[in-house]
Amino acid sequence: MTFWQTLIFFVIMSMVTAFTRFLPFLLFPDGKKTPEFVKYLGRVLPYPIIGMLVVYCLKDVSLSSWPHGFPEAGAIIVIAVIHSWKRNALLSIGVGTLFYMVLLQMFA
Amino acid sequence: MFGRALKAAWPLTIPVLTGYLVLGAAYGVLMDSIGYGLGWTFLASLTTYAGSMQFVAVSLLAAGFNPVNTAVMTLMVNARHIFYGLSMLGRFEGMGRAKAYLIFGLTDETFSVLSAHEAPEGIDKRSFVLAVTLLDHFYWVSGGVIGSLLGGALEISTQGLEFVLTALFTVIFLDQWRIVANRLPALMGIFASLMALWVFGPSNFIIPTLLIILGSVAAGRKLLDRKAGELL
Repeated sequence: MTFWQTLIFFVIMSMVTAFTRFLPFLLFPDGKKTPEFVKYLGRVLPYPIIGMLVVYCLKDVSLSSWPHGFPEAGAIIVIAVIHSWKRNALLSIGVGTLFYMVLLQMFA
Repeated sequence: MFGRALKAAWPLTIPVLTGYLVLGAAYGVLMDSIGYGLGWTFLASLTTYAGSMQFVAVSLLAAGFNPVNTAVMTLMVNARHIFYGLSMLGRFEGMGRAKAYLIFGLTDETFSVLSAHEAPEGIDKRSFVLAVTLLDHFYWVSGGVIGSLLGGALEISTQGLEFVLTALFTVIFLDQWRIVANRLPALMGIFASLMALWVFGPSNFIIPTLLIILGSVAAGRKLLDRKAGELL
């Protein structure tokens, strides 16, 4: 990409990100009552969306070719075990990522 | 006055400080590894200020210039912010001139600190919310700068470092899984994504997934809203 293309890329990314954050405040300005259904969406949607993001991160993993998703599965198990044990997000993320990097660089 | 708010807010932001320094630095290193130096990392972390999207953008950058795809991807990855904003409508009411900045800086982490803590006794409510937002933003940009500077000096292979993003979402998922009374919405999200991934393939499954999720949420309110938001 050229300099200007890269700059446009980052401007688009920043503007669209800001749009997602400003939208609810534009739709429901101070003093206006938020509809009940919208409140329901606000309560429930964060859960399926995070689930979707986990799957999104793993979308390019191929189970049929080497290493058959083995580093990803291994690292997620490590994260789940450490996280249910220590409940320290930073520790789980750090150890899980390092574990993945070691597996990937050794076997892939 | 604002100094006191900063002093009261910063101990509450320590988990974000550590997380943002590590993830922000990982972002700086990753950007450096595909040839984007300090200036670009600083710009992205300052103006986009959305961790997961910035990581996704690394792969988009590597794939070449495609403005429409960039906009759609950003919208999809950050769509969840809409729902965090919905929960902060009341809290940000009457915030005055700072309000636009508070909305701009409403990341997952800032949202979680703000939902977990009210302003301590004797601290102005507005200054407190602004202090948390400013501190978190500062940590994220600092992490990026540190990573970018380290990146050039690192001799070790960074292959696989992008897994921090997977790890971050997995941890958020596990935290939600542990505390909510109703796990059906989380399971539905995984199931919908896997189904759409299987049918539409890895490059086109996000929009179908969001549609399935919205449809299920609209149709299955009885099941999904049962004990919604209630913690175990």
